[in-house]
Amino acid sequence: MQSNAALEYDYTVAKLFTYTTILFGFVGMLIGTLIASQLAFPELNYLFGEYGTFSRLRPLHTNIVIFGFTVSGVFATFYYLAQRVLKVSMAESKFVMFIGKLHFALYMVLAVSMVISLFMGISTSKEYAQMEWPLDLLTVVVWVLWGVAMFGLIGMRREKALYISLWYYIACFLGVAMLYLFNNMEVPTYFATEGLGAITHSVSMYSGTNDALVQWWWGHNAVAFVFTVPIVAMIYYFLPKESGQAIYSYKLSLLSFWGLMFVYLWAGSHHLLWSTVPDWMQTMGSVFSIVLILPSWGSAINMLLTMKGEWNQLTDNPLIKFMVLASTFYMLSTLEGPIQAIKSVNAIAHFTDWIPGHVHDGVLGWVAFMVMSALFHMAPRMFKREIYSKKLIETQFWIQTVAVVLYFTSMWIAGITQGMMWRAVDEYGNLMYSFIDTVTVLHPYYAIRALSGVLFLTGFIIFAYNMIKTMTSSKELTEEPQFRSPMA
Amino acid sequence: MFHWLEKNPFFFAVGVFLVIAFAGLIEILPNFAEASRPVVGLKPYTVLELAGKNIYKKDNCIACHSQLIRPFKAETDRYGQYSLSGEYAYDRPFLWGSKRTGPDLHRIGNYRTTDWHENHMMDPPSVVPGSIMPAYKHMFTNIADIETAYAEAVTVKNIFHTPYGDEFKGTRAAWDAKKPKVLADAKAIAADMKNKDVKEAVAAGKVPEIVALIAYLNRLK
Repeated sequence: MQSNAALEYDYTVAKLFTYTTILFGFVGMLIGTLIASQLAFPELNYLFGEYGTFSRLRPLHTNIVIFGFTVSGVFATFYYLAQRVLKVSMAESKFVMFIGKLHFALYMVLAVSMVISLFMGISTSKEYAQMEWPLDLLTVVVWVLWGVAMFGLIGMRREKALYISLWYYIACFLGVAMLYLFNNMEVPTYFATEGLGAITHSVSMYSGTNDALVQWWWGHNAVAFVFTVPIVAMIYYFLPKESGQAIYSYKLSLLSFWGLMFVYLWAGSHHLLWSTVPDWMQTMGSVFSIVLILPSWGSAINMLLTMKGEWNQLTDNPLIKFMVLASTFYMLSTLEGPIQAIKSVNAIAHFTDWIPGHVHDGVLGWVAFMVMSALFHMAPRMFKREIYSKKLIETQFWIQTVAVVLYFTSMWIAGITQGMMWRAVDEYGNLMYSFIDTVTVLHPYYAIRALSGVLFLTGFIIFAYNMIKTMTSSKELTEEPQFRSPMA
Repeated sequence: MFHWLEKNPFFFAVGVFLVIAFAGLIEILPNFAEASRPVVGLKPYTVLELAGKNIYKKDNCIACHSQLIRPFKAETDRYGQYSLSGEYAYDRPFLWGSKRTGPDLHRIGNYRTTDWHENHMMDPPSVVPGSIMPAYKHMFTNIADIETAYAEAVTVKNIFHTPYGDEFKGTRAAWDAKKPKVLADAKAIAADMKNKDVKEAVAAGKVPEIVALIAYLNRLK
């Protein structure tokens, strides 16, 4: 093939994962809105009998938005951009194409089985690792298939140097693989006896404090390698592509990449402050959480400076608006996290609603914004049609921004209120409030949070509508847009 | 060096892996020998309590309840003695939770009774006015899986040397021999309950989920 001939990239697999990103985003956020509403209005717990309580639904919400929505988004963007930065098409290798499709098919089987099993209450009860051992094995297969596709494409590449985004995808692949394997080590009880009891049941290889350490080593770093690393991969590709600007600094990207890789893992124990984990580990968790501001802000600042001299794009391109706000929320979230990891702050914040508040300014403001803007950027290139409506993107942007702000402000207040009430004592040193006092006082904040859920979900429905219209009935494009995505 | 790494994906991947694995080696592994030792006098969970623990997992109680009392006066006043590592030695998995929408449960057995739990699980606001906890009525009719709980006890005995008696063997005959003891434990709990369906089920040799769950909650001390 001549080196200057245009490559025809094959988006079959990227498209499939794009559909599931939209599907799981909708389902996950719908359940999220429902469980947020249940805390404000407990009658909503009884819509589906035993399957509709807050406790049964909460893991469905977290698993569907993490492993459904976000991970689909990661795969979709990977299959789209890896071809482009490696200068190789999926269609060039039957093998890679087959692996890609198999990856998608098994991923769907896994996703559906996960939803069914969690509804049934088949759960290890380890957060973000609730799936029982048969599904854990399937997860490993799905993940390995992604790795085969990734290194298959890399093996075929024409561009010798790996672009920054690929560093992050590789790190995502390796990090999740290592953490997932260790955290899910378990012994199936059916096979450890002569076939007694349920075949799906297992016991953890680790007990008590050790289990807590391994679990939060995973729990924290699932945030690192699912909610941070591949999302940074996205912004390193899509922001320069959409804006037509080169990345501000290569050295800053080096520093923040290797810094993030080294520092992030240490911070896991900040989830276990004041617990029975040895003090030195808690302190390490605290200290490294503060250090973590550096590489996190390094990436975010690199992104913001990439827009240097081109800030006018912020006013006329809503996708740039999404991405710039996403890096801003990333900065907010990565400053807030270290603050919560300071031991004295953590004494008040831990176990309260400030924690879900913190999680959601990250996942709504950073992850969801970045995934949605990436899909918007990909749509005109994959479906060869312009984006259906700019106006709808603008509307969605403002509704969802208001939603995120309502979410974290209400949860900040709720969390600090509750944390302070738990420890309040009267003049004789007796506790001032019974536990239920500290619950009923939160009602207005839970109601605001439920409203914010409704708003964010509304924004997501607008997004889904806009995407579906773009795929099916928008104006066709004759040639591929260079930078800015065309929109009506 | 970095330019070279970026052109050599294999070494790049190895480099990334070493850098991320490093923290785990130093922070996680050293604790393993130390932290799994039980406190003096700690008994493994009975089969019925394990079945209850599995209900706790099934309905995901950790979504709202912690089992970790931190070493602050405000917490020890409210919940009792702060938690010790060795108290969790037989907890697979640990159930500390990460959110207290409801109160901590690590020592709930010290200050709540079978009777209290029965009323509370059936209709929380009738016991605690203003409660936002959902009722768990289905636990009064669903039957707990005590055989799986027994299999779990045998598994942890054989593989992790949890001190269960010699009669805990992985055969069906051993389970058949053990089952009456589990049912007797269930009867003792049901004797303090008033729900007719529960009493009838227990009399018929079945263990409703609520009975196992209460056995587990009463054990948390």
